[in-house]
Amino acid sequence: MQPSQLERRLGSRKRIAIVPALNEAETIGRVIREIREVDPGFEIVVVDDGSDDGTGELAEAAGARMLRLPFNLGIGGAVQTGYRYALANGFDIAVQIDGDGQHDPRQLPHILVPLVDGEADIVIGSRFAGAGEYKATIHRRMGQRVWAAIVSAIVRQPLTDTSSSFRALNRRSLSLFAADYPHGFLETVEATVLAGKYHLRLKEVPVTMRERELGRSSLTIPLSLFYSAKVLLAVFVSLFRRPAIRLEEEP
Amino acid sequence: MIPFRVAVFASIAAAIFLLVIFELIRSRRLQERYALLWLITGGVILILALWRDALRLVSEQIGIAYPPSALFIVGFLFILVVLLHYSTVLSELAEKNVRLAQDIALVEERLRLHERREEREAAEGR
Repeated sequence: MQPSQLERRLGSRKRIAIVPALNEAETIGRVIREIREVDPGFEIVVVDDGSDDGTGELAEAAGARMLRLPFNLGIGGAVQTGYRYALANGFDIAVQIDGDGQHDPRQLPHILVPLVDGEADIVIGSRFAGAGEYKATIHRRMGQRVWAAIVSAIVRQPLTDTSSSFRALNRRSLSLFAADYPHGFLETVEATVLAGKYHLRLKEVPVTMRERELGRSSLTIPLSLFYSAKVLLAVFVSLFRRPAIRLEEEP
Repeated sequence: MIPFRVAVFASIAAAIFLLVIFELIRSRRLQERYALLWLITGGVILILALWRDALRLVSEQIGIAYPPSALFIVGFLFILVVLLHYSTVLSELAEKNVRLAQDIALVEERLRLHERREEREAAEGR
């Protein structure tokens, strides 16, 4: 799809790109520029989660709105700040893009189209749904498969990539994440289950992601098993947890 | 029956404990809300230490041969309850802390934009 065609379909819908960033001074300017190139209609808000390398200032200099957290909240608390901003300022569409450059803004149209067409409430860019090859160690691949199977079974919708945070949301789903968003490791798994619990329609589209130049995962196998057990418990409990809000019925 | 010396020691310890809690509340270093469970803990231990027949009865009922152990278990259970209560308080505080940090970020951004606009308007000579 051509960007211009997409822009026409996005029409006058207020849209925002939420970019969580922690010490991403090297990449943040480029990410902002690339989002602009794809669609200048996006308001870009960078959530600076306690950076000490001037990420926030660089984001502002690049023309983005910048929300500066007074101390590090972790990825969940940071993106939720963005969703709260989006909700308070009346945005219809929100996309979430990492500040470290692993998500390619040129693929925004892929995740926006199903949302604009009303096919889904949340569209997730998946690395494993067919586009390109994603290099990962065997145990990470296996972990991904297991999580995908578990989450798919719970939300009763087929998913392949439960750790992707490259996604687009409509007003309904962004208002859920503004009110309730999980914190901690593998928060995307919990967020997906949460969305399923509210009967939001999820859709995956294939995307490719860039290799992260820095910040390779330092998780050892025993440690990742321990974290997985924690997330599994959190997911299990969340199925029985009292809802934080009631979503308005769709018009 | 619980040995007399154990009873004396436990009573004195519980009494001192209660006094410390009372002093903490008095000097406003401990809110009544969080002191209540501690007061009950100290109070129950004091009563069981003083009232030795009651402790014997309790131990017999739950099948504990050595009554001082019953005292120990009662104290242990109360401490568990207190700790669990603290975990819920801690969770609530952590949740509020996140909300507040987010609120600060949202308000700070508006303030920053506002101040910039004022500076600009001042520079334009209004």
